Amino acid sequence: MSWLMTLRVALRALARNKMRSFLTGLGVVIGVAAVIAMVAIGDGAKARVEATFAAMGSNMLIVMNGSSAGGGAMGGFGSQPTLTWDDLKAIQTELSAVREAAPLLRSSAQLLSDDANWGSSVQGTTPGFLRVRSWDVVQGASFTQSDVDGGAKVALLGQTVVGKLYGANANPVGQIMRIKNVPFTVAGVLARKGQSPFGQDYDDVVLIPVTTFQQKIAGGLKSYITGVIMVSAISADATQRAQAQIRELLRDRHRLSDDADDDFNIRNLSEIASARQEGTRTLTTLLAAIAAVSLLVGGIGIMNIMLVSVTERTREIGVRMAVGARARDIQLQFLVEALTLSVAGGLVGVGLGLGIAWRLAAAFGWSVLVRPDIILLAVGFSGLVGVAFGFYPALKASRLDPITALRFE
Amino acid sequence: MDRPALVQLKDVTKIYRMGDVELVALRGVSLEIAQGEFTAIMGASGSGKSTLMNLLGCLDRPTAGSYLLEGQDISVLSNDQLASLRNQTLGFVFQSFNLLSRTSALENVELPLLYSGVPAAERHQRARESLVRVGLGDRLHHHPNQMSGGQQQRVAIARALVNRPRVILADEPTGNLDSRTSVDVMALFQALGRTGITVLLVTHEPDIAAYATRVVTMRDGLIRSDQRQAQKAAVPLPDGTEAHP
Repeated sequence: MSWLMTLRVALRALARNKMRSFLTGLGVVIGVAAVIAMVAIGDGAKARVEATFAAMGSNMLIVMNGSSAGGGAMGGFGSQPTLTWDDLKAIQTELSAVREAAPLLRSSAQLLSDDANWGSSVQGTTPGFLRVRSWDVVQGASFTQSDVDGGAKVALLGQTVVGKLYGANANPVGQIMRIKNVPFTVAGVLARKGQSPFGQDYDDVVLIPVTTFQQKIAGGLKSYITGVIMVSAISADATQRAQAQIRELLRDRHRLSDDADDDFNIRNLSEIASARQEGTRTLTTLLAAIAAVSLLVGGIGIMNIMLVSVTERTREIGVRMAVGARARDIQLQFLVEALTLSVAGGLVGVGLGLGIAWRLAAAFGWSVLVRPDIILLAVGFSGLVGVAFGFYPALKASRLDPITALRFE
Repeated sequence: MDRPALVQLKDVTKIYRMGDVELVALRGVSLEIAQGEFTAIMGASGSGKSTLMNLLGCLDRPTAGSYLLEGQDISVLSNDQLASLRNQTLGFVFQSFNLLSRTSALENVELPLLYSGVPAAERHQRARESLVRVGLGDRLHHHPNQMSGGQQQRVAIARALVNRPRVILADEPTGNLDSRTSVDVMALFQALGRTGITVLLVTHEPDIAAYATRVVTMRDGLIRSDQRQAQKAAVPLPDGTEAHP
């Protein structure tokens, strides 16, 4: 019998018991829908984590000052300035795994526009910082290296600051604003970056040239960097290498003996990011595993019903054998029936799962991630379930003795 | 006879084993049936007639002895080859019709053709012809539950005929029918016999056996008598009358 004919016979047999076929298929529907929805939830969470870490910057390392030790009290990292401007220059120019390095000095300050004022974080840096953070300027332009060299009084505003000082959607480029009462020209507006993984608003910030920062906002030691050095490695894989190179370079430059502790600290943010991603991946796997169990239960439902069906249709099997069906024709017929149930259930399940994923994404504010590989996998797996759980009943049917089958009441 | 007989049984025994118990159903049966013969196999229940029928129908194999169908020894054939014989050479008619429920007459009749790979168009055509041949040309799309017993049995006969078999095996075909419908069905078998189809009929009713050209009587797994006879013509009775055989 041809495949097409076998399929038609299977469809007809399933149509004879519509309610039962529906309920049996429902097991697979729920299983597949669960897999799809769960993976979508996991992926949504992962994408969100990835997005937040991407917002922090790409392949980023943070080099911090060392700790102070005064009168037996150890200060935290950054309490003892050890990083010099020459260290920064060396990191920028001498290391192969480093793409970009920029200083970052922070202070909180009161900002004034013509009609409003707002307390925010003022950060002194160089244009390279925007590349380290993968941060775009959406209006106006970034300040330049010559602004840094000349200590120009220009500022880049974060979106939150623009909103507070000028109102949302305003274009403040060219306006004069005051930071700690020092007038600055707004050079540009930064792209919206959202929140940090810890809830901090990245957009509530004003960036100014680091030289201007030292002269006008916060004084302090001129030869040391009283902040951090933000470093971007050449690639995600290179962050470890960059970290090792920076450590070696700084130990050498600071003339630390082999048994001395580092007088600086390097934070590898991509490690935090990958740890977070590992966490969400584990979550996704767990959810998918739970969902797979429900698919398995659906498969057992199919097997159960197929066994019932074989018993019920024993006479039919006998008649088919009497008119010339071979054992493999019978086996194929029941196998195709189980397969049809499970694959049809799988396809409906994909639809349902996507629907659920959509609703959940809307509820949590995630983007919907339709993963064709997962859909194929789920449908393929449901087919596999059909074959695996349909095999035994089909074998049982094909091994019936035609005489006994014909006499079966 | 010039040609070998269509069916040749030689010293066929059949023993069923159920655990430690052995049940001897056939004790050495030899039988030859020529093409076109209309043979009735008679006997009480337990006489071995059903076992003989199952062997003749290639649904089972003899424990010992040989069975040649069209000169072919069936004991050396595989299960698939037996299935193919049942499909191509034999046609079955059962006491309880054994039609597929919720399936139209046409589709029931097409069933053997499904397993011999006949293309759809030819399948419909031959099934229709077969149903017309048994007088059900106007019932093609009826389901078994919409038909009388006699009509259902005629659908079953159409199904047995559709693959143009050499032999029709009918196991108590009138057992579930009233006497008047029985005559109709026997008339149909006689008509088939006239076209050269070999009909083998199992029955326990002498009235029914009377329509055959040869009556083989069995008892305790052996053939007790084997008689040729002038067959009684099965004349379908006019409507509204009862059969009095």
